[in-house]
Amino acid sequence: MEKITNIEQLDLLKNSLRKARESGRQVVRVCLGPGCRAQGADKVAAAFRNAVRQQGLPVKVEPLIKETGCHGFCKEGPLVTLEPSGLFYSRVKPDDVEEIVEKTIKNNEVISRLLYSENGTVYKSAQEIPFYKMQKKIASRNVGDIDPLSIEDAIANGAYQAVAKAFASMTPEQVIKDVEVSGLRGRGGAGFPTGRKWRSAADAVKKHPGPVYVVCNGDEGDPGAFMDCVVMEGDPHSVIEGMIIAAYALGARQGFIYVREEYPFAIKNLTIAMEQARSAGLLGANIMGTGFEFDIRINRGAGAYVCGESTALFQSIEGKPGEPRAKYIRSVERGLWDRPTVLNNVETLANIPVIIENGGEWFSKIGPPNSTGTKAFSLVGKVKNVGLVEVPMGVPLSTIVEDIGGGIPGKKSFKAVQTGGPSGGCIPYKLKDVSVDFDSLTKIGSIMGSGGMIVMDDRDCVVDVARYFLRFLEEESCGKCLPCRLGLEAMLEFLDNFAQGKGSLEDIEELKSLAKAVQDGALCALGGSAPNPMLTTLEYFRDEYEAHIIEKRCPAGVCKDLITFHIDSEACTGCGLCASNCPQACITGEDKKPHEISQNACTRCGTCMDLCKFSAITVS
Amino acid sequence: MFRHPVTHSKERILYVKKLSTDIDSILEKYPGEPQYLISLLQDVQAQYSYISEENINFICDHVGVPVTKAWSVVTFYRSFSLNPRGEHQVRVCCGTACHLKGADRIAEDLERHLCVEREHTTKDMRFTLETINCPGACAVAPVVMVDDEYLGSTNQADVRQYLKKL
Ligand SMILES: Cc1cc2nc3c(=O)[nH]c(=O)nc-3n(C[C@H](O)[C@H](O)[C@H](O)COP(=O)(O)O)c2cc1C
Ligand code: SF4
Ligand code: FES
Ligand code: FES
Repeated sequence: MEKITNIEQLDLLKNSLRKARESGRQVVRVCLGPGCRAQGADKVAAAFRNAVRQQGLPVKVEPLIKETGCHGFCKEGPLVTLEPSGLFYSRVKPDDVEEIVEKTIKNNEVISRLLYSENGTVYKSAQEIPFYKMQKKIASRNVGDIDPLSIEDAIANGAYQAVAKAFASMTPEQVIKDVEVSGLRGRGGAGFPTGRKWRSAADAVKKHPGPVYVVCNGDEGDPGAFMDCVVMEGDPHSVIEGMIIAAYALGARQGFIYVREEYPFAIKNLTIAMEQARSAGLLGANIMGTGFEFDIRINRGAGAYVCGESTALFQSIEGKPGEPRAKYIRSVERGLWDRPTVLNNVETLANIPVIIENGGEWFSKIGPPNSTGTKAFSLVGKVKNVGLVEVPMGVPLSTIVEDIGGGIPGKKSFKAVQTGGPSGGCIPYKLKDVSVDFDSLTKIGSIMGSGGMIVMDDRDCVVDVARYFLRFLEEESCGKCLPCRLGLEAMLEFLDNFAQGKGSLEDIEELKSLAKAVQDGALCALGGSAPNPMLTTLEYFRDEYEAHIIEKRCPAGVCKDLITFHIDSEACTGCGLCASNCPQACITGEDKKPHEISQNACTRCGTCMDLCKFSAITVS
Repeated sequence: MFRHPVTHSKERILYVKKLSTDIDSILEKYPGEPQYLISLLQDVQAQYSYISEENINFICDHVGVPVTKAWSVVTFYRSFSLNPRGEHQVRVCCGTACHLKGADRIAEDLERHLCVEREHTTKDMRFTLETINCPGACAVAPVVMVDDEYLGSTNQADVRQYLKKL
């Protein structure tokens, strides 16, 4: 691509790319997001390329095949959408491809078998599906639409227009002002106002002239979340553009993106996007011929959760062990190499271009006054429509879980939702109408967090979940300060005991006071927020804790030491699958006759339950 | 963070990936500054499947960092391995969604089946068993990744079957 040497040129390029799009050429979008990839989408995409090549279609009919990021509706993957018909095909297998080319692409026929249907209604296009209807996409606006490896595609969708606007008509001060007006709060967890953060950093540079850095936090440490991954993979240019705007506002010349090493596709797509942006004159020296210089480097995380914390992340970029430092030194003033640094989350930065383009005023009108804009969530767990959703702030939680998420699968009932990952809390069913915004969630003891949303049904044990998060944090504690290093270990011991039916009611009180000590004494927010999942489950599900301790019973049937497995003789067909896989060889029975478990030898490993195809293993 | 002790047993058949590339070509990619320590360690590990003592020394010379500092980095970060890894990486997702769907039971089953603890490599150097956090495939939880292949909505028997075929 030709290098862009002035601002008007970008506009011309965008318009000509748009024109080319309007040629009426068919487009096939194959979702290659992480969820669809796991369901074999790469094979579907390959099959499309093959089929199109083999058929030797005339140029006019030959569709453009785009491999895009996550379309959001991962549960129904692999997803394929077609243009201009707008058709939405779900659960597409490589074997379906030939038929799609033959019928839909060549002859405009709809293959009804591949359409998504719900409660008897068949949906032809994505916009009609309830899952998509209630969403509003800002941060993930281009994800699933563009080919992340093509900068032309991104530019045609409007990428880098906001940078052009800022360069052409705004001073750095005006950019900061606009972000302040937008009310945008950080999407990485703490919800700090982004405009205020930028302002403090800009002031700090004025006081101490010298280098200033812009850092993007793509560490996504929450073990059950993937929003940032999807944005980095599916629309890397939005993150790069957000960083350039931040750099312009602050006068930064160097930026860093800190990405989890476990996201190889995010690293790859970002790297390619940056290379393309450099050769298009949109990154590096003399951006768009304005003389402004800014470049970005990618740092890969090395598997430490604590490195998502700002000061630890800076240590890690400097090549050191990622240990946080005390908060009294503010990182906007003394961050990377002790210089003023702005650290923002991936989603925060992806919002920036839209804010600059449409104005802070516009953004501030979305959602409640104190939590403006939209938020992306990875909606997972015991919910029908597992996937990625982006909704305006302030929608009730039940809208996300029940209307968009489709509720709980099977005959089970909605028990709770965990938001904010290991630092967050558990919201019980009775509070399902809480407004999803920063302040309302904090008020009920949880947090917005970075966007993990885990739905639990009555077969999920809250003691087990609290223990899961605490164990995660105990392992990830950097060990620098004592309240966290020893406190979490001690708290975990209590929860381990409860899960085994040991302990007493006094232990609960002791656990609470220990939690208080950890909250007060921990150096960084890893330790400081670690008790949250335990405290909220204790507040809303105390009876379940008591059932473990007093009755030695796990009501959800999860805690291994408190349950026994039995075989339902009505349901058992005697297929023998469990017997041949039981590591203790403690399942016996004749062929085609109901089997039995010998309780003495059973270690409750759960293999039989996981393998049984007839749901014949019952837990009590 | 818990670290596993270094064990260099002689009987191990070393499986060393692409041994032919020499370390210099990796070192050359980065300027000799301390900030590149972690990136270099990552690249070396990507190449050789683990980080040997010898290579730590080479890297330290290049970036100008004392060897003790490099060791503090290598032992701090979970993803660095001081032992050669197996031929196949078996990664069980223990992210939240997978946890709720029994990921732990699959990990335990693999420990029994492969006779190896998680984050360790089997004696014959065939498999390294690891746990990971969410790679974004929660729609098909529980997920096990074997090398680059995803096994979605999987269970103990399916994973074992898959490993058998390798
Ligand atoms: C233990 C710990 C882990 C964190 N992990 C992340 C993370 O993975 N991603 C992220 O964006 N922020 C994370 N944060 C929050 C960051 O420290 C920081 O507040 C955020 O990146 C600032 O960006 P924002 O203002 O745009 O949200 C973490 C904080 C703590 C204490
Ligand atoms: S609270 Fe925990 S993670 Fe944070 S500095 Fe202290 S020991 Fe490290
Ligand atoms: S990965 Fe395809 S819809 Fe999410
Ligand atoms: S938690 Fe396992 S794939 Fe998301």
